[in-house]
Amino acid sequence: MDKNRNAIEVRRLTRRFGGFVAVSDVSFDVREGEIFGFLGSNGAGKSTTIRMLCGLLAPTSGHATVGGVDVTRDPEGVKRRIGYMSQRFSLYELLTVDQNIRFFGGIYGLDDARLAERRRFVIDMAGLAGREQTLARDLAGGWRQRLALGCAILHEPRILFLDEPTGGVDPLSRRHFWRLIDTLSQSGVTVLVTTHYLDEAERCHRVALIHAGKLAAIGTTTEVKQIFSGRPILEIRTDRPVDAMRILDATSGVEKTSLFGTALHVVLRGRDVTPERLVSPLRAQGIAVESVAEVAPSLEDVFLEVIDRAGGTAA
Amino acid sequence: MSDSALRFDRVTKNYGAVRALDDVSFAVPRGAMFGLIGPDGAGKTTAIRLTGGLLTPDGGRIDVLGRDPKKDHRALTGAIGYLSQRFSLYGDLSIDENVAFFAEIHGVRRYQDARDRLLEMTQLAPFRRRRADRLSGGMKQKLALACTLVHEPELLLLDEPTTGVDPVSRREFWKLLAEFLARGLTIVMATPYLDEAERCSRVALLHDGRLMALDEPPRLQAALAGQLLEVIVDAPRPPIDVLARVDGVADVQSFGDRAHVRLAGIDQRRGAERIGEALAHAGVKPVSVRPIAASLEDVFIDLITRLDDRRSRTEDRGPKAEDRNALGHRTI
Repeated sequence: MDKNRNAIEVRRLTRRFGGFVAVSDVSFDVREGEIFGFLGSNGAGKSTTIRMLCGLLAPTSGHATVGGVDVTRDPEGVKRRIGYMSQRFSLYELLTVDQNIRFFGGIYGLDDARLAERRRFVIDMAGLAGREQTLARDLAGGWRQRLALGCAILHEPRILFLDEPTGGVDPLSRRHFWRLIDTLSQSGVTVLVTTHYLDEAERCHRVALIHAGKLAAIGTTTEVKQIFSGRPILEIRTDRPVDAMRILDATSGVEKTSLFGTALHVVLRGRDVTPERLVSPLRAQGIAVESVAEVAPSLEDVFLEVIDRAGGTAA
Repeated sequence: MSDSALRFDRVTKNYGAVRALDDVSFAVPRGAMFGLIGPDGAGKTTAIRLTGGLLTPDGGRIDVLGRDPKKDHRALTGAIGYLSQRFSLYGDLSIDENVAFFAEIHGVRRYQDARDRLLEMTQLAPFRRRRADRLSGGMKQKLALACTLVHEPELLLLDEPTTGVDPVSRREFWKLLAEFLARGLTIVMATPYLDEAERCSRVALLHDGRLMALDEPPRLQAALAGQLLEVIVDAPRPPIDVLARVDGVADVQSFGDRAHVRLAGIDQRRGAERIGEALAHAGVKPVSVRPIAASLEDVFIDLITRLDDRRSRTEDRGPKAEDRNALGHRTI
């Protein structure tokens, strides 16, 4: 593995569908062995970009290489070098665990000896020993997900695309899945992952945020959070959050507020705004303030801030 | 009138030989946002369906708005709104027609005012003649909520309402829920997403049909106070294996350029010292080692791990951390 080498290079990639520009002039690199999070709302252009990078859809202009192979000139070469797993887990429901593995092994053209070896690897990795004869449809969410991951890496691709891999999977299985992804990354596999769950995106080495077809932010999670530098975020718990929000929106020094469940997240204009300046107008209106604490910006805060600045709310 | 909108008293529910809920008790105060959280198969959906009177308990008592959900099913239908994962809108009906349809099946004749108000709140009013199958995912979800609330229920039951919904739409949905809460609605939500559960005023943690914890999220998180450290090193990624071998470290989670370390049996100061020594020994320079607050996910995993240790038997939980080296990916 060479961390200075790029596994994926994207240059001015653009894709139009008639008059609609789904992906517009997007450029970025993904380094070898990196876990790269590709984030965006529905319709932002994530899936279109991934389909181009997987050699499934030709770009209108611009170019991209995946594992050194140009996606426009040699889409078949790209497909041989990558693994792909989508949110629907793409397993054959009426086949057993074992049959699914054999089926995908056949697609990837593994010979008998290699298939036997890789089959053992997948069964071990996914913790499916003893369940080889279970139908895929009878597996619980976490097992299915790990089996789908196993099938996607049977041919040992050096680059792996995961498209919303953890939708509807419970916390324990999610954590276990991310351990597997970490281990793959440590062995040099490059992972590009899309997710709606931004607490999960915190696990990526770098993230890119795409909005309305354009790249809106890119960097490590620490770097993209710098968008809030000098503007602290306070979490305020009160007995009447909706009323408190209205009052704080009209308080000087407050840039914006958002509801975080029953708590409020309040972005301040600067470090000189004291908590007391926020609390006193609330108390004056008879609102009980239970707690005020500074919180680190979450990736969700960053995401919404970037979209605000790009001047669009996704409907 | 009862001060709880919902009360489970030692409720048990079996499906054949499988015990889906086992002696579960909790109460939801009126006007609260209550979260039922847990992995697949924990009993969340069963609890929601029992509340809606769609299932009968095998033991214990359930009280919904002062009534029995099974015996008084008809009376309660008007007082409960139920938005399930598979809520289906009529694709070839407009927004207006969908809301009218759900009003009518609830026997609400004068629904126009409620409909107008709901469409204003959900910002769907400008699109009211648009067919449901032409709406974005976020708009469909808001329409489903409007349909669920058009008969003006007192209790809203939500079963994994945000699965597959993007972050912007999710946040809008939560803002709407807060507005309904402020108007006095009680909300009970089942979700496997613990960052979402942190937004509830009170949560019940379910696992294998049993209630493992019942409290306000900040109080549950306080139970793990002093046990978590964030480690950042002067390298693209922290050395997970080095950290995992430190005496007193129970678990290491990798978060991009950071690692979260959970300690067991030693305090943060001692933990930070030992981690510093281990990093120095491995020739890695620490940038920062600092205490952090636990997330609800940390709390949940901690509770389940301890429970499983007690049971000391393996279940359908997949390989444990120790089995990671099974993933000895062959380098090419």
